[in-house]
Amino acid sequence: MHASVCDIIADLAQNAIEADATRIEVDVATDPAEIRVRIQDNGKGMDERTLAKAKDPFYSEPGKHDRRRVGLGIPLLMQTASAVGGTVDIQSTPGKGTCVSFTLDARHLDTPPFGDLPETFLGLMTFGGSYDLILTRTTPNDNYTVSRSELVDTLGNLEEIDNLVLARAYVRSQEENLNL
Amino acid sequence: MAKLTLDDLRKLRDEKQKAIEKRDPSNKDAQIIVGMGTCGIAAGAKETFNAIIDELDAKNISHVLVRQTGCMGLCHSEPTVEVIVPDMPTVIYGNVNAEVGKQIVNDHIVSKRLIDNHICDKPAMDIVR
Repeated sequence: MHASVCDIIADLAQNAIEADATRIEVDVATDPAEIRVRIQDNGKGMDERTLAKAKDPFYSEPGKHDRRRVGLGIPLLMQTASAVGGTVDIQSTPGKGTCVSFTLDARHLDTPPFGDLPETFLGLMTFGGSYDLILTRTTPNDNYTVSRSELVDTLGNLEEIDNLVLARAYVRSQEENLNL
Repeated sequence: MAKLTLDDLRKLRDEKQKAIEKRDPSNKDAQIIVGMGTCGIAAGAKETFNAIIDELDAKNISHVLVRQTGCMGLCHSEPTVEVIVPDMPTVIYGNVNAEVGKQIVNDHIVSKRLIDNHICDKPAMDIVR
């Protein structure tokens, strides 16, 4: 089981980046009762057979990792959701992309802590390649949206250390000022 | 922290830019690549990544490119970090928590000294070559 909900989000979004997606939408909604996350990408997608295998911890996409025989991202999510009365839904179409949605009971004792979303988003913005990553964060009373492309437009790049620090501060300021 | 707008961010960037220009403007010639597959994430790679960013920022080091990548195949030693510095062997470090991440910045990047007890892979081949 991952240590935080943000770790689960990082894992699934990283799958999307590795699936050659050019646009990844991460929607994170929380209220006192529930955590709802949706990760939609326009990557290569999976057929039904591959999707079934992706739920098997002893399967990893051929060629993705040399000599590795396990793939734990989705199985860990399913284990967590099962343990805390949550749900997992995965829709995927070859050539069009994948959408992973999950809910977790926010009040369940075994639900992992939420984690640090600005740190998570910063990490996800620094993979190589030209993809956009759009984070939409919603609470019952407030919301914000941050995208990798607008940060690149504003800062010039996400390669300078100073820019990474500023980008993280920007996302953190959005998160800290959310009206919960 | 007050809520920042993109305009605020642009202004902060312009202020930082002036400071950057005063520093060594040489191109980025070193890379730190943090493995962030399922295994890396579970072992704390996000904290390692952020610690490395903070230490580079604290030391005003601007010639290093910091990237993320997927699983490097060394799941038993996560978090793993690959470091590429000119005239040094390319190294993958294992079990890199936030403290070791800072040590990579100070020892490997600044002092050009390997951190022997965390080396996982690659130096031998590179030294031979």
